[in-house]
Amino acid sequence: MWEQIIAYFEMNSERYFLMLGEHIRISLCSLAIAVVIGGLVGVFCAGRYRIQSVAVPVFGTLRIVPSLAVLLLMLPILGTGMIPAVAALALLAIPPVLMNTISGLESVPEAVLETAKGLGMEQSEIWKKVRFPLALPLILTGIKTAAVEIIASATLAAKIGAGGLGDIIFTGIGLFRTELLLIGGLSVAALSVLTGVLFGLLEKAMLRYRNI
Amino acid sequence: MGYAIEFQDVTKTFRGAGRPAADHVDFAADEGEFITILGSSGCGKTTLLKMVNRLYEPDSGKITLFGTDISTMDVVKVRRRIGYVIQQIGLFPHFTVGENIAIVPRLLKWEKEKVDARVEELLELIGLEPEEYKNRYPAQLSGGQQQRVGLARALAADPKILLMDEPFGAIDSITRIKLQDELLGLHRGMEKTVLFVTHDIEEALKMGTRVMIMNEGKIVQFDVPENIIRNPADGFVKSLVESAKAKEQFWERFQ
Ligand SMILES: Nc1ncnc2c1ncn2[C@@H]1O[C@H](COP(=O)(O)OP(=O)(O)OP(=O)(O)O)[C@@H](O)[C@H]1O
Ligand SMILES: [Mg+2]
Repeated sequence: MWEQIIAYFEMNSERYFLMLGEHIRISLCSLAIAVVIGGLVGVFCAGRYRIQSVAVPVFGTLRIVPSLAVLLLMLPILGTGMIPAVAALALLAIPPVLMNTISGLESVPEAVLETAKGLGMEQSEIWKKVRFPLALPLILTGIKTAAVEIIASATLAAKIGAGGLGDIIFTGIGLFRTELLLIGGLSVAALSVLTGVLFGLLEKAMLRYRNI
Repeated sequence: MGYAIEFQDVTKTFRGAGRPAADHVDFAADEGEFITILGSSGCGKTTLLKMVNRLYEPDSGKITLFGTDISTMDVVKVRRRIGYVIQQIGLFPHFTVGENIAIVPRLLKWEKEKVDARVEELLELIGLEPEEYKNRYPAQLSGGQQQRVGLARALAADPKILLMDEPFGAIDSITRIKLQDELLGLHRGMEKTVLFVTHDIEEALKMGTRVMIMNEGKIVQFDVPENIIRNPADGFVKSLVESAKAKEQFWERFQ
């Protein structure tokens, strides 16, 4: 098995890194879209409970649909390739970003916001210096969840011809080559773990003021 | 120029509330007065204070500062000129002690050296060693220390008007007396007009050049401390004064 893996890398390292790059690119694109949409909707919903009670379930429902099903559903609309894959992954990742943006913004103590206002800060300054920085740790937690899920699910993107590490896995399944399954699977796992760790460190740095 | 702070028949009713939180409030404070506001919980003290820096807008009536109607002034500019100590302290948890104190001077775009010097000066004043405390975060302070930082923050830009909502609530009685005396000394040295909310009648009588007693949104009595004690306006004021006297008798029993 070990020799087979080494042999694979001797022969295909260029192709491997190409697919790794694709995987990362698809993941980053979907994450960026999810952060923008989830973040903006979250900012809009925070403190507005009636709008929240509509927006959160809507995005939640879109999330419950397994991503492969979303991918297949989108096939007739968006065709194959990178775009439908990114769209489906973004849909999957919006709810954690959205929900954590809302709870992050709502967790900022009323007294702190009132003081900011009372001291004479403009609304824009309050957002920039108080509301957003204090909500950021929770928002980051949401982005972390989203990123890890995207990286895992992006494996399925290969099914609709978007490429990525899923290609290696599906080839392995097709050819009964266990070493390909291992290479693909472990790479995805490593990427997920690494992302989780990076975000964890970032969160910790942001919360320094709370746990010294 | 007129009065430093003047309320003209100000009424405010919160949505859904049965009675006004401020009910035809009408008073005037001269520049340099230290007015203590006393009254039971929910009688409208905080509401009155927050109307001065326009965190709340009155439903009717007029509030003027140095003769100018505040509803015609730029709200952000008004607030930067008023020192405000909020009842819940409200320090920014992600700012250090020094940064918290420096908020208003920075909003007013003071030069960095001037801001730093001011922060040090105020930390000394509130009895927190600058070197030790300047770079701490609020979570690393006791409740009373946080309250003192809130006080320093309100004083930072040397405002002519100070609004203080129970600033000494979480402070032990020894430090409290020290801070009371310091605030009084500070007040004597500068022409500041202060509205100071407290639950403690002794504090109100000791600190105030005049004492305002509120009940259910109305001003019941507004007078110098002696007159409050000698001629209580009604049963409510009388019972307040008597509660203080009862405390004194309690101590006399041990002498
Ligand atoms: N934002 C608000 N919305 C609705 N009602 C409010 C609001 N703030 C205060 N009230 C009501 O107005 C009345 C006066 O409240 P206020 O906070 O001014 O009392 P207070 O005298 O400061 O009391 P305490 O000594 O407990 O701080 C209370 O009945 C309170 O429930
Ligand atoms: Mg109050």
